Amino acid sequence: MTRLTTATALALIWASGALAQTELTMWYHGAGNQVESEIINQIISDFNASQSDWHVTIESFPQAAYNDAVVAAALAGDLPDILDVDGPIMPNWAWAGYLQPLPIDPAKIESFLPGPKGTWNDQLYSVGLWDAAVALVTRQSTLDELGLRTPTLEEPWTLEEFMGAMEAAKASGKYDYAIDLGMSDQGEWYPYAFLPFLWSFGGDLVDVQADPQTAEGVLNGDAGLKFGEWWQGMFANGYAPGPSQDPADHASGFQEGKYAFSWNGNWLALPFLEAYDDVVFLPAPDFGNGNYIGGASWQFAVSGTTEHPEGGAAFIEFALQDKYLAQFSDGIGLIPPTTTAAAMTQNYKESGPMAVFYDLSADQARLRPVTPGYPVASKVFLKAMMDIANGADVADTLDSAVDEIDADIQANNGYAQAQ
Amino acid sequence: MASRLSFSNRAGWLMALPGFGLIALFVILPFVLAFVLSFTNQRLVSPNPTEWVGLSNYQSLLGLGVLHLEPERDEAGQVVTDENGAPEYPRLRSYTRNNPDYPHLQGKSEWFSFDWGNGRTYVLASDVVFMKAIVNTLIFVAVVAPVQAGLALVLALLINQRLRGINIFRTVYFMPVVVSIVVVSLLWRFIYAEDGLLNNLLSGLTFGAFDGPDWLGNPRTALGAIIGMSIWQAVGFHMVIWLSGLQTISPTLYEAGAIEGASRWQTFRYITWPGLRNTAVLILIVITMQAFALFAQIDVMTKGGPLDSTQTIVFQAVQRGYGKQDISSGATISVFLFVLVLSISLLQRWLTRERR
Repeated sequence: MTRLTTATALALIWASGALAQTELTMWYHGAGNQVESEIINQIISDFNASQSDWHVTIESFPQAAYNDAVVAAALAGDLPDILDVDGPIMPNWAWAGYLQPLPIDPAKIESFLPGPKGTWNDQLYSVGLWDAAVALVTRQSTLDELGLRTPTLEEPWTLEEFMGAMEAAKASGKYDYAIDLGMSDQGEWYPYAFLPFLWSFGGDLVDVQADPQTAEGVLNGDAGLKFGEWWQGMFANGYAPGPSQDPADHASGFQEGKYAFSWNGNWLALPFLEAYDDVVFLPAPDFGNGNYIGGASWQFAVSGTTEHPEGGAAFIEFALQDKYLAQFSDGIGLIPPTTTAAAMTQNYKESGPMAVFYDLSADQARLRPVTPGYPVASKVFLKAMMDIANGADVADTLDSAVDEIDADIQANNGYAQAQ
Repeated sequence: MASRLSFSNRAGWLMALPGFGLIALFVILPFVLAFVLSFTNQRLVSPNPTEWVGLSNYQSLLGLGVLHLEPERDEAGQVVTDENGAPEYPRLRSYTRNNPDYPHLQGKSEWFSFDWGNGRTYVLASDVVFMKAIVNTLIFVAVVAPVQAGLALVLALLINQRLRGINIFRTVYFMPVVVSIVVVSLLWRFIYAEDGLLNNLLSGLTFGAFDGPDWLGNPRTALGAIIGMSIWQAVGFHMVIWLSGLQTISPTLYEAGAIEGASRWQTFRYITWPGLRNTAVLILIVITMQAFALFAQIDVMTKGGPLDSTQTIVFQAVQRGYGKQDISSGATISVFLFVLVLSISLLQRWLTRERR
């Protein structure tokens, strides 16, 4: 009797295993973007059809509400199996136990750009299907008119050259402002786009090597103060519109000829290419300590509470095929993480109109501080940058920012790894 | 006023249950939680266990200090002055950052200062941003409550007439109330832009003589701009409440007044205004409470800037609780706001009580 029951049970398990795939839920931040949804849905249905173990279903959220939804779900113990995470936030979620190390074959991502690989505490937690990059956008005709040298990755503009370009654009009287820095976009854009300037001066947001981590001396050190004074000058001298910039100008000002330069992301490059036929994407300037842009965009990970990490990993591995990487790039203009995928895209193949971004990302990308404290530090940085741009005392503002960041680190026991 | 709570009308209690239940679940319970959490170090995202921290959240939020400094003197004892002739003072950060002689000032920074005697007195706060938020919120309430209530009354008197098409005016004045505040704020961000609608309008009206400021980008005008826009947005709501009050006043009183030969002012002063007494108390308290909750406009239009000139209490609570993942600090601000609003509302009740 017992034997019979066991046999029946085994048979039933076997049968149901063959008939029904294990359900995996997935959350994604891109609701509202039709192209993005189509591609991700395609990947999911391809994956579900390609094997018989797992069946992935997706739920999309608008980006603005996504992080809150994940945090709320985590508090309620209701996280999905697979989720996507913004690169710099990943350590925070990994530290809090929202994510677990991603069990995929390291060889799969060996050839990836550094940005899309989400590593914290020497463990891989997330992988991105793309990276993003920022460039100094202008027109070749503008450079010629203002008599400026075209900077290259090997020989980027120095601080003097960069300020010379600002002054020349201002003096020409043809533009409302010399450069659009994107000051109206008051979110993660600030640390993503402006930390590279701080790095280039030799400062940093948080010293993650120190024990405990601290912002003292890196954000408000000599390099930080020099950066702050320079930053304030950009607005005080009228080179760039401040935080009250009209959002419409940020979206279309460069195309309308209001700005000579635009410090902007590659996801906004397509309208520029449509507006002018001589758009050039220049590398970030070198203010004395190297030239950088921010790396890491949205990435995929498996949640800390899932019972099937191997299922999530199988899906993510499946999604990392070059053809999907290329599709995402063609669909929304993002940088594919491998050279082989880049070769398959319209914009990033050799001599493609945005190929330069691939090199920018490969050469200049630097990750924002990889620490669980990043979400708080980035908010503090955002406020400090706005205040300094609005004329606040540089040293005092950076000091208060340091105090706030350090108080947060202290309140979290130094963001030590929880056991 | 004579009704007393009784246990005999079970049906009544039963019918009140859904309402009471929802209020308990979504208002009372969260408040009790906020009160409890304000004494802990609860984080939004953290693997660390929550601990009791006593009053330290309140201390770091409300801590104040005073420092009196003498101007710097050179070797001859003369006061050192800058190029404008103003005496120079040592930098505050040398006192407030890692100075073992002034442990009580550690981490505090300047809120405001004034010259006093031979030196300058600095008032320092542990949390200058929050102090500014309190001041801004109080200014907002002090301006919005009387102006919005007054304007709403004027509008209500204007539309409380039998005119052809009066409903069109009622609809127009009420329209901003039903549009989402987020949408309204976005629109006003464009209106207030440096080369936006308002400045174009003003410069057109003055034939180019008026060069408008960058309303939201200037610390001196930003709060005023938000006050103006907020009054415009919600005035229609209070207009409707005034209107309902106006329509409860018996027409016979006006007829009697007309027969007695009362002027328009006398009619208003001795018939309309006394009849609106309870409505006025209601509107004042409602506006005050709504004004203290100022958040959406700030979040959409200025994010508290420029230079903290539009920080508000609720915006700070959300910033800290969610933005900076510090739930306990957000809860502390909520408790502080509750006490503040409660005491002001009680004061208003007392001031507007019926004197017999």
